[in-house]
Formats: sequence, structure tokens, C-alpha cells
Amino acid sequence: MTTVIAESSIPAPAVEDAAPAGRLRLVLGKMLAARGVLVGAVIVLLLFLLAFGGPFLTPWNYVTPDYLAIRQPPSGQHWFGTNGLGQDVFAQTVRGLQKSLIIGLLVALFSTVVASLVGACAGYFGGWTDRALTFLVDLMLVFPSFLIITIISPKLRGAGWIAFVALLAAFNWMITARVVRSMTRSLKEREFVRAAEFMGVRPLRIIVRHILPNVASFLITDATIAVGAAVMSETALSFFGFGVRAPDVSLGTLLAAGTDQAPVFPWLFYFAAALLVLFVLAINLIGDGLRDALDPTSEGARPPRKSRTRRTSRSSK
Amino acid sequence: MIRYLAKRLGYYAALLIVAIFLAYALSCTALGPRTYFEAKQPRPSAASVDRQLTALNINDHTPVVERFGKWSKDLVLHADLGRTIHNTSVNAEFGRRIVVSLRLLLIGSLLGMLLGVAGGAWSAVRQYRISDRTLTLVSFVLLSTPVFLLALLLKNGAIAAKDAVGHEVIPFTGYETPGLSGGIGAHLADWGLHLLLPTLSLALGGLAMYSRYQRGTMLDVLGSDYLRTAEAKGLTRNRALLKHGLRTAIIPMSTMFAYSFLGIFTGATFTESIFGWHGMGEWFIQAINEQDINSVVAVNLFAAVVVLASGFLADVLHAALDPRVRS
Repeated sequence: MTTVIAESSIPAPAVEDAAPAGRLRLVLGKMLAARGVLVGAVIVLLLFLLAFGGPFLTPWNYVTPDYLAIRQPPSGQHWFGTNGLGQDVFAQTVRGLQKSLIIGLLVALFSTVVASLVGACAGYFGGWTDRALTFLVDLMLVFPSFLIITIISPKLRGAGWIAFVALLAAFNWMITARVVRSMTRSLKEREFVRAAEFMGVRPLRIIVRHILPNVASFLITDATIAVGAAVMSETALSFFGFGVRAPDVSLGTLLAAGTDQAPVFPWLFYFAAALLVLFVLAINLIGDGLRDALDPTSEGARPPRKSRTRRTSRSSK
Repeated sequence: MIRYLAKRLGYYAALLIVAIFLAYALSCTALGPRTYFEAKQPRPSAASVDRQLTALNINDHTPVVERFGKWSKDLVLHADLGRTIHNTSVNAEFGRRIVVSLRLLLIGSLLGMLLGVAGGAWSAVRQYRISDRTLTLVSFVLLSTPVFLLALLLKNGAIAAKDAVGHEVIPFTGYETPGLSGGIGAHLADWGLHLLLPTLSLALGGLAMYSRYQRGTMLDVLGSDYLRTAEAKGLTRNRALLKHGLRTAIIPMSTMFAYSFLGIFTGATFTESIFGWHGMGEWFIQAINEQDINSVVAVNLFAAVVVLASGFLADVLHAALDPRVRS
């Protein structure tokens, strides 16, 4: 409230020259300016409400069959219809959405932590540490991770979905680590890192206190997009029976169960499909807006100028 | 340039060898062919199971390193990938399926790449116009749709079209009509039609991804001084954009091509299974379910070679476009 008054009382040109607003305010302002972020955030919020509040809205749960309603189309009784066993599709869909969202969030969190540590260590220490870690990253990128996850997943049949999260995260951090590594290499030469080194700060502390905060904006953006990517991997693997397994449901298992009947009983397939696309789309909108707001070199962050200077930071990624 | 590329090639060879060993060891520990034989009716004796497993070189009582030694010796000396769990030749199966998969992989990825680069560059030149906004929106939706879902949606669309018209409009199973008569022209047309939906499901994802990145790199280049210089020296806007703009804007993309092949290979696995193509991906899923180690390793080898080859191609492209790499 006070800022509004303050700004309106200052003549227009002075606002232009005013001292830089706090970074948080700057970023927030840019994010709100980008409608995409707002739309995405509202959709994600609503989907979370649906996923966690939905089960309380319906008297049905996701396993108990209603023998009086087999493969019924959506109605007041069963909002999304019922499947061949008489189970309520709405209850199943919100439960599946819940599982997919949790898996997506956890995978993004774990893989970002691993990526930032590996990338920062490789970039900061250089030498053999760098060579060994780079080789590891390259090695893990030789195979499409889907192949390796598929080979391992039958072994984890009894371990539940947490093991599946670990597996997805273990094969999802490599490309991010590469970017963090190259960013760290240039940060290492900067004065504040040098100063810390001369003051005798231990390397791991430098990484945590000085390097990682400076790549944080990239990590936040990347983690956001990783949530969407993880949900897509999860659904794909579950669709082929290598991820979440019965009696647990996720969007992937729902799609797998509904796909053959989709042409005749569309409600078994399209509700889950639409929620999946909607969620990933919303996440991507947020990610894109975050990148514009947090990354000073990115396109939307600056008003278009006649002559743009060539941005080296982007090409070094 | 030759030295640079030779160095890269050596690195990739080292990666390939280590990766294949790890994949072999992993398959051996994760899959249990013994249970497959023991589940046979009537139940064979332990000695007979052992004999069969040893004959196929998948006996879990032999150390993994020893099995890998025999497997790689056969591969290097005789180009032999071993036997499947049904005691047929892996090579024969490999040869049959590689033709099917490569058709899909090559056409799908090249089409996605070309359309994506062209669309992204075009979008950048027309920044903030309706066409740019439309392409951005479409690529956002496509990027948010997993490949398997896209393939399913295309298939359901084809089924709906079939139900509406009464006969199959666009084929959605397999890669050819069995028992089709007619000349080479009819066969080619049949192939093309069968390719349509699977290729589309792969290419659309590529189009969306490449166009986003290409738009970004192209925008970086558009306002650059050298582009203005090129125009000042008398090149037309379009010529300057093509010769100087696009060339520079593609350089950061060449690394993308290599990484994206990982995704395209995965996508092709789903696409094959959904459209009933008997390719590498379908073979892989089948082999996992049958505990068929040698077939699983063969598909992994194929994937690794494809990924590393595309990585090497990206290096060549990079070196060809960017003179700084060559020195």
C-alpha cells in the first residue's frame, strides 16, 4: 500500500532512476506481469486442491466397486462415470492425480539436489574430480534412461512407489548437472569466490554458501520443468506396467486401463488424459515465466531494445 | 578438425565399451532366466535347466565377467549377438527389427528437427505476431503431452474416423497391409500411409521442442551487429538471415540434437508398442517380460550406438558450423 502512494507521488522520470527495488520484488513483479505464470500457478493450485480435497468430495473411494453401476457414463452419482468393475472413476482419477503429483514433486526435488551437488563439485574442483564426474554423466547419458529403469523395475516390485521415485530421480539429473558445472566454472573465477578462498573458507562451504545461491535461479526454473518431465516419465512407465502398480493407481495406470475402451467408453480415458496434459502444461507455463523473470539474460526479462548485445551466457549452456 | 573429431570418437568408443559392460551386468543381475526355464511344464530337472542356461550363456552360476567375456568375444570375432531365450538367433531378430525401427526413428527425428528449426526461426523473425503466438501455444501443448499419450490420441482419432466412415481411412496397426497385391507403387503408398501416424507422434514432439529452442537462439542472433553489417554490405534481409543468422543460431542446437535422441528413442519404443510395429522397442519390452538377457543387451547396444552416433554427428555439425572448434 505504501509503495503505491510513494510511487504515485514521485514524478514519472524519477521512478525510472529510482534505486533498484529489492530483487524479490523485481522478480515478483516480472512474474505477475507474465500472464502465463499466473495462469499456470492458478491451474496447479486448483489441481492440487482437486487431488487432495477431491477424495473428500465423493462418498466413493478408488477401490470399492458399485455393482449397480458397471461402465456407467458420468452422472450425478458418479461424476466421471464408472469402470468395468463398477469403481468410481472420479475417485480413481483424483487418487491417481495425487500419486502422480507427489511422484513428480519428489523426483524433481531429489534430482535437482543431486544435479546441483555433482555439477558444482565437478565445476569447482576441476581436475580428476571433474573428469570422473563428467565421465559418469556421459556414461549415464549413453542409454535412454527408460531402458535402464525398465530393466531394474521388476526387481523393485515389492519395494513400492518410493523406490520408483528414487529410480526416476537417479536417471534424471545428468543434463542439469552439466549446466551447473559450466556455470560453476565461470563463477569460480569471480572475486567473491576468490576472496572466500583466500580467507580460508573450506571448499564445501564455498559451494553451499557462494556457488549454489548464484545458480539458484537456474535450479528453480529447471526443477519446475523437471516436475512436469517427471510426471510424464512416471505416466509413461506406469502405462507399460513398469512404474506404479495395482492396487495403487496413478494417471499412468488409469490411462493404461482405459486406453482399449477409449473409443466406446471415453470417460475411462479422457479425464485422466486431460488432467495429465493440463498439469504438465501449467507447470511448463510457470517454468517458462520463471525463466523469464529470474534469468536476466532471457528474452522476456527486458523490454525489447533496438540492438541486443550478444549474450554469451546463453550460448555457454 | 580431423584431430578434434578423432579425439571425440575415441572418447565415445571408451564410453560405449564401459556402458555396454554395465548394461550387461545390470541385465544379468536384474533378470532371472532361470525362473523362466523352471516354470516350464513339465518341470525340467535342475541339471537340464543348468545345461540349457549354459548353452545360451546366461547361466547365473557363471560369473558375470566370464559370461561377458564370451559374449563380447563372439560379438567382436563373429559379429554374433548370441541366442535368444527361445534358442533362436539374436542376430536374425535384430536384422528384422532394425529395418522397422530405423525407418521410424530416422524419418520421425529428421522431420521433427527440420520442421522445428524452420518453425522456430520463422517464429523468431515474426516475434509477437499471431503466427508466432500460435506456434508458441501449439508447441506448449505438444510439449506437455507425453509421446505415448500423443500416439494414443492419434490412434483413437484414426479409430473414430474408421467408425465414422465404415472402413479404415488411415491405418493404425503394423507397418504394412499383409498380403497386399499390386506393384511397387501400391506398396510404397501403403508403407507411407502406415508410417503417417507413428511418424507424426514422434515428429510433433520434436517440432515443439526444437522450435522453442530455435526461436530463442534465433532471437539472440537477430539483433546482432554482424547481421546488420551483412545487410549494410548489401545482402538482402532474407539472405543475411539465412547465411549469417540461421547458421549461428543452429550452433547451440547441435548439442540439443544429440541429447534429444535419447528422448526420441524412448518415444519410438512407446510408439512401436502402441501402433503394433515389430521394432526394437517392442522387442525390448517383450524381452524384459521374458527374462531374455541376450535380447535385452542387444537392444541396449543398438540404443547406445544410435545415441553415440548422433552425438558424434552433432560434433561434426558443430565443428563444421563453428570454426573456433576446429583449431
